[in-house]
Amino acid sequence: MREPVVSFDGVCKSYPLYHHVRGIKHLLFNFPRNLKAMKSMQYEAIRGISFDVYRGEQFGIIGHNGAGKSTTLGLIAGVLKPTSGRVVVRGRISPLLSLGAGFHPDLSGRENVMLNGILMGLTRREILEKLDEILDFTELGEFIERPIRVYSSGMLARLGFSVVAHLDPEILLIDEVLGVGDIRFRQKCAKKIREFKRSGVTMVMVSHSVDGIARLCSRAMWIENHTMQMIGDAKEVVAAYQAANADEADASDPVNEDFAGVEL
Amino acid sequence: MKAIDLGNHRSLENYRDLLIILVQKEIKVRYKNNVLGYLWSVGNPLMFAVVYFFAFKIIMRVRVEAYPLVLLAGLFPWQWFANSVGSSPKIFVAGSSIIKKVNFPRHIIPLASVLNHMIHFCFSLPVIIVLLLFYDKVPPLSWLYGMPIQIGVQLMMLYGISLLLASLNLFVRDIEPLASIIIQMGFFFTPIIYTEDLIPERFQHLIPLNPAAPLMINWRNLILEGTLNFQYVLISFGYGLLFLALGYSVYKKLAHRFAEVL
Repeated sequence: MREPVVSFDGVCKSYPLYHHVRGIKHLLFNFPRNLKAMKSMQYEAIRGISFDVYRGEQFGIIGHNGAGKSTTLGLIAGVLKPTSGRVVVRGRISPLLSLGAGFHPDLSGRENVMLNGILMGLTRREILEKLDEILDFTELGEFIERPIRVYSSGMLARLGFSVVAHLDPEILLIDEVLGVGDIRFRQKCAKKIREFKRSGVTMVMVSHSVDGIARLCSRAMWIENHTMQMIGDAKEVVAAYQAANADEADASDPVNEDFAGVEL
Repeated sequence: MKAIDLGNHRSLENYRDLLIILVQKEIKVRYKNNVLGYLWSVGNPLMFAVVYFFAFKIIMRVRVEAYPLVLLAGLFPWQWFANSVGSSPKIFVAGSSIIKKVNFPRHIIPLASVLNHMIHFCFSLPVIIVLLLFYDKVPPLSWLYGMPIQIGVQLMMLYGISLLLASLNLFVRDIEPLASIIIQMGFFFTPIIYTEDLIPERFQHLIPLNPAAPLMINWRNLILEGTLNFQYVLISFGYGLLFLALGYSVYKKLAHRFAEVL
């Protein structure tokens, strides 16, 4: 039987709208009157989602902006805690892979590799063993010794992907990043991802590029309006998603198109 | 309200490395962009000692013997205390890029910050020794047990305060300016640039109410005379425990929401 490494069981996540409370002045003026109101002012990001991701699977999450995709990833990463329901994760998780995740601008690329690896749960010794390989993969040359605030966004993405890809994640979380970098590096990433696929690393990815999801993932989930709309074979889910959005495709989300066409 | 993260167990070695790399990071970041580096952590209290000496000894003529030494014995430990408390509200805010992306024990960031400030204090000890020798004083042997006690107690207190302020500041951002005002007030309400025997009789019994006062009085006596008032040690230890308990419980209550508000 297939073994679930990520299980969501009726997971809800709502955010209180904290910004109403910021600042003592505001708090004092609104305290008696708005205490009740403040508690009820919640933003529900996802509502009653249940699914399993199995070991070695490539799992895609699609949906409109603000549908709850990133919240779902945050819950898997353990950065967010569910308001109700249960999230169970078995295995070492990579950080949420996106531009400059967990990087400190004043440290050099090399130092950031070390920082990220340790944050991921590895020890110094384990990282040192792989350091050369990682630095090679980034193709950053002498930039590796410079503080990353002077990096371009493509260089940051390269560093980020290199770290995460080489530190033996058991569960790899990818949040909309592979569209960055030049075509050669994107191909390199794609190759690395296919390698992961073969070696049985579990991957959960969020992307607007539904083509990428269809090509790369075995299963996918479509989140619409904070609830699960559909889950199943990636190609079928993507097809349904595209069909549902066909009529409004022109006006709805022009941003989406920027990410389309990323070769994976 | 349950989340089981079987995937997030960390080895002891990883905890240790995490702490080391965060402290290293703080130190590197602090010195990366300035030329004088180490001189700043020593130079700052030295400059202020000169200013206070001018204002209080030369102009106002306070009658304290060896006033430059009194100043330095107070200002160096106070700089550790004040810098640590002053920078603490920003700790989690500044760490937002990692807090939002990776799940790790966040209470380790304030710990790294407090240790970083402690290291700067330890770096300034040689300067204190040189100044003592300059005034024909020999560092007393009692430092051997006195320093660890004082450093330990101050670490406890600062870690507690840092956890408390760093956590609260995420939700109420007014903590940051508030902390800097309280530090400035605390500086003058604590016997640092004056000795405790200058405090009028009728206020003497209030000394233990200031969490920093017993600690700072002991620092000066330890550095200059090699003596510790053990009643004061107990009081500061009590404050240390109190802040640690308070800081940790507030942190525990709020930690799971950090990523939401950053």
